[in-house]
Amino acid sequence: MIDRAEQNEQSLTGRARDRLVDHRQAEVWACLHGVTDPELDESVTELNFVTKADVDPDARVHIEFRLPTYWCAANFSFLMADDMRRAVSALDWVKGVSVVLGEHMYADKINAGLARGLSFQETFGTEADGNLDDLRQTFLVKAFQRRQAALLNHLAGVGHSAETIVSLTLTELDSLPVDDEGGKLVRRYLERRAVVGPVRADAVAFIDAGGARLQADNLSAYLSGLRRVGVNAEFNSALCRGLLSVRFDLETPFVPKSKASSKTPDSQHVP
Amino acid sequence: MYRTAKGEEIFVIDGHTHFWDGSPANQKNIHGKQFIECFYAYHSNLSPPSEKWEKDKFEKYDAKTMFDDLFVTGYDDMAILQPTYLTDFYKNGFNTTERNSALKKSHPDRFILNGAFDPRDGTKGLEDLHALSEKHKLKGIKLYTAEWRGESKGYKLTDKASYQYLEAAQKLGIKNIHVHKGPTIIPLNRDAFDVADIDDVATSFQDLNFIVEHCGLPRLDDFCWIATQETNVYAGLAVALPFMHTRPGYFAHVISELLFWVGPDKILYGSDYGIWTPKWLIDKFMAFEIPADITKETGSVLSMETKTKILGLNAARLYGIDVEAQKKKIRAGGGYAHLPEAVHAPR
Repeated sequence: MIDRAEQNEQSLTGRARDRLVDHRQAEVWACLHGVTDPELDESVTELNFVTKADVDPDARVHIEFRLPTYWCAANFSFLMADDMRRAVSALDWVKGVSVVLGEHMYADKINAGLARGLSFQETFGTEADGNLDDLRQTFLVKAFQRRQAALLNHLAGVGHSAETIVSLTLTELDSLPVDDEGGKLVRRYLERRAVVGPVRADAVAFIDAGGARLQADNLSAYLSGLRRVGVNAEFNSALCRGLLSVRFDLETPFVPKSKASSKTPDSQHVP
Repeated sequence: MYRTAKGEEIFVIDGHTHFWDGSPANQKNIHGKQFIECFYAYHSNLSPPSEKWEKDKFEKYDAKTMFDDLFVTGYDDMAILQPTYLTDFYKNGFNTTERNSALKKSHPDRFILNGAFDPRDGTKGLEDLHALSEKHKLKGIKLYTAEWRGESKGYKLTDKASYQYLEAAQKLGIKNIHVHKGPTIIPLNRDAFDVADIDDVATSFQDLNFIVEHCGLPRLDDFCWIATQETNVYAGLAVALPFMHTRPGYFAHVISELLFWVGPDKILYGSDYGIWTPKWLIDKFMAFEIPADITKETGSVLSMETKTKILGLNAARLYGIDVEAQKKKIRAGGGYAHLPEAVHAPR
């Protein structure tokens, strides 16, 4: 007969172990939340790309993800996988990370490269002539511009003059009294500010992609120029989300016309 | 032909149509299967429910279905057939000039037949381009820069060979180069959708017109910038247009940016048939207005005059179509017999 106390202890240990795994799993998802699709500047978890992030008893993490189309560019696909691996590896208890991309034109190649910890260049050999630093920088700059435009519009909208805005230092921006929305926009902007220039407390907060400080007298023309970066990213995000939902049937399955009520009159063609 | 409530006749040239065979019988490999499935995902995601097709119809439709969808049910007066060969994915190619030419032959007043070239085909390809141009009197070429060809996964317009082909096109009087960017190019570490090469060739080939399909999406931002600086760069509206149904706000932003940067004279309507069909696209487009807050921000307005240019007049100019003469030809052939006397007023 099993000792009752011992049985309790065993089950407690089991529950504790479960709690530990749950806790670790939550940490992994939080980590993945911080990884963005570089083109869209949105979290890979919010985009619904990650389908699995399991922690096994040996503290190894197994991540699986998929993308909106079979044809999504190899470079961005690799970047996201690599960023996920790095982000999760930084957790101190993690003993190993596997990242697997599903149903993609380069899935085999990318998965083999990831499993061996290879760089993009090593993974693709003669099909590449370098790694992804330039590509990453290009899209970090676009993300910076989009976040900057959102913040500038917000600051102008709540009544700050162009002169005030362009003269703010980083410290002043950080301590500006703002509402929740403004606070979020400031945080998002500051996360990307280092992409375009050195971040010192007394540096001007607002500079362009080339590092030059913004001018009050042409701030609105400058903002018109940035507007298209945001429009492009938002359109692409809507398209990617839509394609993903159709590809993996995330919404109600479609009812073919012939099986739906085909007698519905179509009155668009007005006689 | 679309008639407004006031009785104005709007002549419609569909800048982007396909007569493809993506059926399983024609698929060579998994890539062929995935290619048509990706198109079908665009179709399913962005079409109104009443306009969705079943997959087998989508994979391969016949000439009559296409003719009716464009010219009888739809408001197109003319349509440009844009080939996409994909011979590495499909046994007989996906949508070749040869396959399209049957439609042109049956309905010469309705279709504009474009050709294609691939700068990786060397001297033989140049000879083929000459022959193709001579046979079909080409005025336009469609390029798909992400086409897989053996070991190659795509090319750039700035490649030396691309220059040779563009020079040949110019000599042959093929003025309109439709560029469709896709997700692959070698080296793979570069951005395959980058439009900088279009900027380069537009400067070098001032006598050619470069019509960038899907208005440069997913690089609309960079595309707008180059189109502002080049007089011979145009925006094809395919892929952006169907957003009028699912996400009209996004369409409003995109068309506003295009009007702001590219201008009303350089935007071309295209259904991307069979991904989408002209009837619903044009009904929605004619009824579409840019919301006041976006107009306030961008200054862009989608006036009737601008809609008329986008739907047909801009393409007519590029392809040397005399609209009144063409209408007469189509009417004489009974092409408007099905039209009611009255109007297709936006609801």
